[in-house]
Amino acid sequence: MARLHIVTGKGGTGKTTVAAALALALAVGGRRVLLVEVEERQALARLFDLPPLPYAETKIAVAADGGQVRALAIDVEAALLEYFQMFYNLGIAGRALRKLGAVEFATTLAPGLRDVLLTGKVKETVTRTDPRTKRRAYDAIVVDAPPTGRIVPFLNVTIAMADLAQRGPIKSQSEGVAALLHSPQTAVHLVTLLEDLPVAETLEAAAELREANLPIGSIIVNDVTDPLVPADALDAAATGQLDQAAIATALAGAGLSYPPGQVDGLLAQTRDHARRVLKEYDLEATLAGTGLPMLTLPHLVDGVDLGGLYELAAMLTDQGVRPAATELLP
Amino acid sequence: MNPPPLDLRALVADPTVRVLVTCGSGGVGKTTTAAALAVAAADAGRKAAVLTIDPAKRLAQSLGVGELDNTPRRVELDTAGADHSGELWAMMLDTKRTFDDMVAAHSTPERAAEILENPFYQAISTSFSGTQEYMAMEKLANLAATGEYDLIVVDTPPSRSSLDFLDAPQRLSAFMDGRMIRMLLTPGRGVMRVVGAGLTLFARAVRSVIGGQLLSDAAQFVRLFEDLFGGFRERAKSTYQLLRQPGTAFVVVATPESAALREASYFAERLRSDGMPLAGLVLNRTHPVDAAVADLPAASAETIAGLESDAERPAAELAGAALAVHAQRAAIAEQEKRMLLRVSAAHPELPVRQVPALPVDVHDVDDLRVLATRMGDG
Repeated sequence: MARLHIVTGKGGTGKTTVAAALALALAVGGRRVLLVEVEERQALARLFDLPPLPYAETKIAVAADGGQVRALAIDVEAALLEYFQMFYNLGIAGRALRKLGAVEFATTLAPGLRDVLLTGKVKETVTRTDPRTKRRAYDAIVVDAPPTGRIVPFLNVTIAMADLAQRGPIKSQSEGVAALLHSPQTAVHLVTLLEDLPVAETLEAAAELREANLPIGSIIVNDVTDPLVPADALDAAATGQLDQAAIATALAGAGLSYPPGQVDGLLAQTRDHARRVLKEYDLEATLAGTGLPMLTLPHLVDGVDLGGLYELAAMLTDQGVRPAATELLP
Repeated sequence: MNPPPLDLRALVADPTVRVLVTCGSGGVGKTTTAAALAVAAADAGRKAAVLTIDPAKRLAQSLGVGELDNTPRRVELDTAGADHSGELWAMMLDTKRTFDDMVAAHSTPERAAEILENPFYQAISTSFSGTQEYMAMEKLANLAATGEYDLIVVDTPPSRSSLDFLDAPQRLSAFMDGRMIRMLLTPGRGVMRVVGAGLTLFARAVRSVIGGQLLSDAAQFVRLFEDLFGGFRERAKSTYQLLRQPGTAFVVVATPESAALREASYFAERLRSDGMPLAGLVLNRTHPVDAAVADLPAASAETIAGLESDAERPAAELAGAALAVHAQRAAIAEQEKRMLLRVSAAHPELPVRQVPALPVDVHDVDDLRVLATRMGDG
């Protein structure tokens, strides 16, 4: 079962929210989960309403039975210096280099270097062990990854860059990252809304990921409309064929005598709602055609605060998202 | 307190407005907004061009046209009922080609050919994290200089910070002036001696990761580029000035969600502090209650449940459903109003236009027109 969960999606689909909810769901039962941010946007801090996160693993939420979620916002410059430090002793020069802009320069010169550093850091958190308990430091890692348009180049960067570092420690490190990302230990989740463009992008991304032999975990459909109209009346409601007079009478029976104009207004809203629901059914069927497991999350009317995240996490748990068994190392 | 109104149809019809820039975080509908505004301008009788930068080709989709290349193409409009003199032109930015054109414009053909072949140039012109933004502004300046269009609407890339287009030219300059490259090639000299051995190690580390070849390509590029550099900087400066002119207007786009609105607030502040003319905020995809029932309070949960459980009468069940839909709409509208109030509290003088969500996705010019009607009062 996967321990590394990569969450991607088109911009605006709520991938950060879904990544956070997934991390909470995976932390249930006393598990330790690390939620990783790679885009330097401080989106996790905003979501959890915290001050900007330092480049350090910081506890940000607890789950049932002593589970906890830590967050790590990767700082690319700091990661680069850390990375070089693994192979060369830079001493105090690191900070001076950063000040001079040398680090930004290096990551720009070799554009893939950023992604090498990010995926390298992710791998380190996945394989790290706690020397005291002899266990993995984290039971699961959830990455709020770059958007769908960039996900395959991001995950495959070490393969693309393989010819740049042809030997030595950097090469073997890169190979380790590629092996992890292509193994059953990894699951890429695609977050989408039930709208044309996000669905089209999700299908494209799924095809690209398959092509690249990257393991897809699931499609997570976000902001799904909860159908309020009975299923057998959806078509009639969507085409404006509901019996206005009968509904007005039923409303009056419940003590709500509305003038005809208002009943029309109510039915116009009902029609929009029914159209939306039918459209979503269509798109959901299209997504189901991929044969991938699907998870759905509703639109939260009150917006997503910390309470909302726990609500979403509970819904993922209800749909079968389970923490991996805590792994004991041999 | 309600924010001042923003009439975007009037804005795009205003002959003094020549450039319109839409910005906002990813997924809020920037591209569609830009396209709808260009359609509205054409319908108002102006010759309008829309420049999109988004590689997802969303504009191509929403305009119902296929591939767009690096020059504007005329989009046929069904002009029934509209001003017949208007024209709509659309294009998608080709970053690399724009950069190549810029090199060619500032250099001799031989020199340009050498630069274009340089691997370091190829890396910078395709993957430097601000190149796309920079070239968008370069293309805008090009189009503006032709004087062919009454209005140019520019979409901005969905980058980490959608305002990279303001900073990218300067950041790129810092990379291309060669100081850093010289430092990495000959770390033992000049002011850089202060970091001494650490720097030598760093240079070695960088070389081992990115390869020595790329560094010498970079050095060659700097040599080739030295003459062009001044011209580029002048150009970037005049483009920046174009953005600050009175004929330019910025529109920030956001959806009524806290993350998008926080970004929007940041954009508004940044544009203000840079002296960029900010026309207002488009609050996109709102869900207002139907006008006929705007004052109708939501029915209680008990009333709704009572009707819905009336298995004897299907009409009662449907009446309950209609009330449930209304209650949900009212709750969503209320939540969106609270979101907007927060923005207006921080930016009381920022004009706002709420654009209700369309029941369907925007696919073609007709959809864009429907969207455009929601953007103005006329």
